[in-house]
Amino acid sequence: MSELIFAIELAYWQQTLIKVLVAAVLIPTTALILGIVFLFKMMSWMQSRMGPQEAGPRGLLQLAADGLKFLQKEDIIPDRADRFVFKAAPVVVLASTFLTYVILPAGPDLIIENLPTGIFFAMAVSSLSVVGVLMAGWSSSNKYALMGGLRAGGQLIAYELPLILAVMGVVIQAGSLSMQDIVWAQADGSMFGFGGLGLPFVITQIVAFFIFMVAIQAELTQPPFDMPVAESEVVGGFHVEYTGFRFLFFFLGEFATAFAFAAIAATLFLGGWWVPGIDPNSALANIVGPIALFVKIMVVAFLIFWFRFTYPRFREDQLQRFAWKYLIPLALANITITGILVVVL
Amino acid sequence: MSILAVTEVLVAQNIAFAIIAVGVVVAGVRLVTTENVVHAALWLVVVLAGIAGLYILLAAEFTAIVQVLVYIGAIVVLFLFGIMLTRARLGEGETVNKKMRAPALVIAVAMFALMAYSLWGYFGSTELEVMGRSTAELGQTTAQVADTLFLTYLIPFEVVSVLLLAALTGAIVLARRD
Repeated sequence: MSELIFAIELAYWQQTLIKVLVAAVLIPTTALILGIVFLFKMMSWMQSRMGPQEAGPRGLLQLAADGLKFLQKEDIIPDRADRFVFKAAPVVVLASTFLTYVILPAGPDLIIENLPTGIFFAMAVSSLSVVGVLMAGWSSSNKYALMGGLRAGGQLIAYELPLILAVMGVVIQAGSLSMQDIVWAQADGSMFGFGGLGLPFVITQIVAFFIFMVAIQAELTQPPFDMPVAESEVVGGFHVEYTGFRFLFFFLGEFATAFAFAAIAATLFLGGWWVPGIDPNSALANIVGPIALFVKIMVVAFLIFWFRFTYPRFREDQLQRFAWKYLIPLALANITITGILVVVL
Repeated sequence: MSILAVTEVLVAQNIAFAIIAVGVVVAGVRLVTTENVVHAALWLVVVLAGIAGLYILLAAEFTAIVQVLVYIGAIVVLFLFGIMLTRARLGEGETVNKKMRAPALVIAVAMFALMAYSLWGYFGSTELEVMGRSTAELGQTTAQVADTLFLTYLIPFEVVSVLLLAALTGAIVLARRD
């Protein structure tokens, strides 16, 4: 376990400090990576345009420059806004993202806290962001912000159910809620008696993978589920009144959450840090693990952003109907079939 | 042995309990004294999160997460949703109706007395066995919850499920008058 990384024994507070620092560095970095690679580079290539070119080599420092710009801006709070709630809202959203990183395993020993209820914890804390979004929408004292906040609230509630139900299929098959145990279940699995490749759950849980990907798209409020922030209808939605570093919080939160969800999907369905051919008990797995996880995250993130750039926006009724009439029954059927097969086989 | 015994495990837990308890009580008082109904709902979030923290102190991790997922992630969100859609326009000042304060106080005191009496009568000075157990033992509590729920209490569980389903259907029937 994490008490003995590289055979150095650390006191509890030292471990805690290191874990907090790792998380504090990891979250903005991952958000930046996703922002640069996908939002700027891939999106512009898909849309046959150049994208940012000026800041740094090939425009790679564009997001860092944007961040600096946001930090310099004046911190404007609307006159009739509810000041405390207005200020607290981005923090609530970012806190829910930070908490998700706690249970992401990057190697057999590299995990901030291996909770026995890992994935359940992740689902619970990611649902906290709805409170932050509603707070932002209401406290801005702006009807577009309120409409955006309510749209976001309705959407996040509707798509949280398929998200959790999709995870259930994996949990039933792995027989554990712990993220590490789910990775181990995939590493120890075998396909038709051949154990060399393990058993990534994307093969047996392909339906759950599809539902999970659609649901995280909606949870991230990005196209084709971007009605809460649809600029042509509600200007900027719940964050229309935010400027400067408070807006940066929402922006960072969005990409860091995308990264966290991609990491959860990579862990649940693609085997996480596990690589075929490397003994998961060896020290090597702790070094290769993070790289393997990162590659898998980028694959999942590519899918997420691919959908984002290529599909038009859903209408409110289409969005709700899709969740309640198609995704949830499909997820329930998947749970039933998985449960029966686990008992029978 | 008094409840606040100074043993190795209990010191940190007592401090954490004190901090969380004070926070929950303050938030609870603010919850019923605030003038704004949205603020009341947000204070409720603080109260419920603090109680989730207390569950974690009691090594009831699963209950704590359920508390966050169901109460904060679903119920308070529905409260906020309903409040924001109907009343609580910003800048209207007082949005809380205070007419029912006296009956509410009576119910609250009666509830507190009932719960304190029954808890004291049932547990008295017995101590929970959780203290001093290893984390490996405690880590199994989620599995224990599942086993108890789906083996020992399967029938009550199913009855509650059907009851909730009936309530759900009833709500839809009442809401749709076509």
